[in-house]
Amino acid sequence: MSEISIPVSKLRKKQPRFQGIDSGHRACPGCGAALTARLVTEASGPDVMLANATGCLEVFTTPWPESAWRVPWMHSVFENAAAIAAGMESAMKAQGKNTKVIALGGDGGTFDIGFQCLSGMLERGHNVLYVCYDNEAYMNTGVQRSSSTPHAAMTTTSPPGKERMGKRHLKKDIVAIVAAHHIPYAATASVAYPSDVRKKVRRAMAVDGPTFLHIHAPCPLGWGHDGARSIEIARLAVETGMFPLIELERGGLADVMPIRNPRPVTDYLKPQQRFRHLFKDDVRAREELEHLQAIADHNIEVYGLRGERPDALDTEAADTAHRGGMRWA
Amino acid sequence: MIEVRIHGRGGQGNVVAAYLLAIAAIDEGRYAQAFPSFGAERRGAPVVAFVRISDTPIRQRCEVLNPAFLIIQDETLLHVPGVLDGLVPGGGILVNTELDNEALSAQLGQPGQALPATRLAVQILGRPVPNTALLAAFLALTRILPMEALVKALSHRFKGEVLDKNTRLINEAAQKVPAGLWQEVAHARSA
Amino acid sequence: MPEALEGSQAIARAVALCRPHVVSAYPITPQTHIVENISKLVADGKLECEFVSVESEFSAASVALGAAAAGSRAYTASSSQGILLMSEVLYDIAGLRIPLVLTCANRAVSAPLSIWNDHQDSMAVRDAGWIQLYCMSNQEAVDTTIQAYRIAERTELPVMVCVDGFTLTHTLEPIDIPDQAQVDGYLPPFKFARALDPMNPMSIGTLVAPEYFTEVREVHHRALLKSVDEIESAARDWAELSGRDTAGLLEVYGSPDARVGMIAIGSAVGTLLDAMDRYPELGPVKLIRLRCFRPFPFEALKAACAGLSEVVVLERAFSPGSGGIVATEVRAALSELPEMPRVHGYAMGLGGRDIPLETYGRALEVVGREPPERFAVLDLRPEQIPAEEL
Repeated sequence: MSEISIPVSKLRKKQPRFQGIDSGHRACPGCGAALTARLVTEASGPDVMLANATGCLEVFTTPWPESAWRVPWMHSVFENAAAIAAGMESAMKAQGKNTKVIALGGDGGTFDIGFQCLSGMLERGHNVLYVCYDNEAYMNTGVQRSSSTPHAAMTTTSPPGKERMGKRHLKKDIVAIVAAHHIPYAATASVAYPSDVRKKVRRAMAVDGPTFLHIHAPCPLGWGHDGARSIEIARLAVETGMFPLIELERGGLADVMPIRNPRPVTDYLKPQQRFRHLFKDDVRAREELEHLQAIADHNIEVYGLRGERPDALDTEAADTAHRGGMRWA
Repeated sequence: MIEVRIHGRGGQGNVVAAYLLAIAAIDEGRYAQAFPSFGAERRGAPVVAFVRISDTPIRQRCEVLNPAFLIIQDETLLHVPGVLDGLVPGGGILVNTELDNEALSAQLGQPGQALPATRLAVQILGRPVPNTALLAAFLALTRILPMEALVKALSHRFKGEVLDKNTRLINEAAQKVPAGLWQEVAHARSA
Repeated sequence: MPEALEGSQAIARAVALCRPHVVSAYPITPQTHIVENISKLVADGKLECEFVSVESEFSAASVALGAAAAGSRAYTASSSQGILLMSEVLYDIAGLRIPLVLTCANRAVSAPLSIWNDHQDSMAVRDAGWIQLYCMSNQEAVDTTIQAYRIAERTELPVMVCVDGFTLTHTLEPIDIPDQAQVDGYLPPFKFARALDPMNPMSIGTLVAPEYFTEVREVHHRALLKSVDEIESAARDWAELSGRDTAGLLEVYGSPDARVGMIAIGSAVGTLLDAMDRYPELGPVKLIRLRCFRPFPFEALKAACAGLSEVVVLERAFSPGSGGIVATEVRAALSELPEMPRVHGYAMGLGGRDIPLETYGRALEVVGREPPERFAVLDLRPEQIPAEEL
């Protein structure tokens, strides 16, 4: 057989990606949650069953009588995505089927009201991939704070004022809590690094047991920036150390995405309206900026994020080449 | 229909006793019903269980207010108000006690049957659980079921050595009371 | 051949006979023995299913829902606080029209805290959209559980089998457990047309705007009303197969041409029946057992009450600030009769208070009272009410 050479740019067109979620949904332009759903289902393929908690994703994808989902999908109530997923997984086991069950929840449905169901599902060892798209507040209901909201961020229930500088409490370390269940695989990811997301999804899909992905997903409306800048801002979160990209196996750190040149935290905070009160001429504001820089520095140190390694296979083309083979249209 | 009320303290197998009696009756083809006076029992707290035995289906589910027979698993309960309430005239009281019949009857102010059930159980089973002995005595007194029915009921739960010991205990206890003393009362209620 | 079984044990055996794929369980008195017995059956290899010990009743209902939505027959049980905690999911299950069977071991709801039997829990969720059937005996609980799966899977409406907590669940009595072949003949494997399936993907549980919402609800309501047919045929077919008649919507006892009727629900009916036999001089009385509360059997009840001049309703829950729940719905139904009987409403046996045989006679004392008793607690002990509250 003669050799065929195809330029990489054309290769992408030749390999159709599986589309688990169709366009035409009602998300805001630049929505990190929509991107998360797209990336996750692309990497997961069609042999899946989704349990989606109440929240932005569920609402903008399924305005009856239309649905953007091309995979079997179910929404029950706010708190129970993990439990619904556990039920689906039990059914698949009972029926001898291999269909992977994926639970999808926002930070509200994962860190707060869905916390109990999540812990139960993890503890029982269900073969479920739980994906949390984290836009750091209850966005669907109008930007109220959740336990995932970063320290000092403004939300409608943590507004800055005379007595306050935004959210008082720290962002709940959900991955550490999840990892403490000693599940086979837990990781953080960011929509700014789509190939990394897909890689981690594929990794989790291959595990027979509970897995957890915590995916940073900007909300232009809630964070106060232009939708066109979502990827840029998500990237800054990683590059400043505010959102470390790590992988944990059975509670132990297995891998990280290194940061070659950490950027100052203000680079990340300044473009977002939700942090604008930190840039006023105010001693409290300066203090909070120091706090946030300290958090970022701490992350870098604790996870050993400083470092070099050959450019991560982080480009679209490289990822496509890596995947190869036939894909579902 | 024969109605029995069994009084004990939590941990003495009060409900088990009731269930065993009912199981024995059901195995013999009778209708029976057994249930505890439900509560959050703790060890040592007074507890009550009820048994009904009949030749026709039993539909009522209320507590036994007028028992034909009382089985008292712990004699300290005789001081608890209400324990003896509602006994039908001429009804039988069987008490787990070291007292003899006279002393017991004097204490009760009415005729009672004494049985050192705990002592027998410790001797033969090695455990102070008075149930089996009391039920055996009860069946000996009333003759409402053959003794084998009780052994059969126990065999659902116990096998081998434990079952053998219980069978010995049944025979011992049955001999300690006047056989058939309450047969007439039982018969009258059965009608 | 009847076996001597505790109610919970028998219910567990009935569930096992229905071959569920997934059973989710969270303990609460007095339902615990049911799930314990099921887990024992699983541990002993007598029941092959995924037994999921969840971390709350909320998850128990959710796991069952997820399993059924994914095409597997599922089961869970709860009581009281657990029913209330899972209530959000109960509404969801019914609204999504997912077939499921749940045993409610009826127990009062805190506060005051009570572990004892009354109907406050199942009555609290009467509007969730489930079929609700009340059992009079443990035999009926077994037979009804089996029927429930058939009803649920044919109507695509979840069925709540209500069994008096403690009074039935913890009572040992002779019970006929059907054999597997009988149940297999009656209950085919679960085939759910809307099961989640990658080969035929669909979305369940979407947001429904005002444009569309009303009709979805109307369809649900109509499905419930129509389900009376399935409920009756399920009972008829089971009676033919097993020789045991659980009744479909309601059952009538006593004198067919009595002018006084008594309506009651659950295990209390057994006591009232024995009382009716013991006190014939208080009759003639027609005793009506309401087996199906949702859907409310309007036509059957009207037919049963036609010709009655007085009706005494005895229920085991009430709506604070209003009064009887069953009585209110009975009055609504009977108001459609050309000659509406006078209806008196009583609650009794709240929080597990014993219902003695004398209840029958006491309830009948109200007959003829002018005006009719709108609502009262029949077994109230006024001396236990502080003077300032009287």
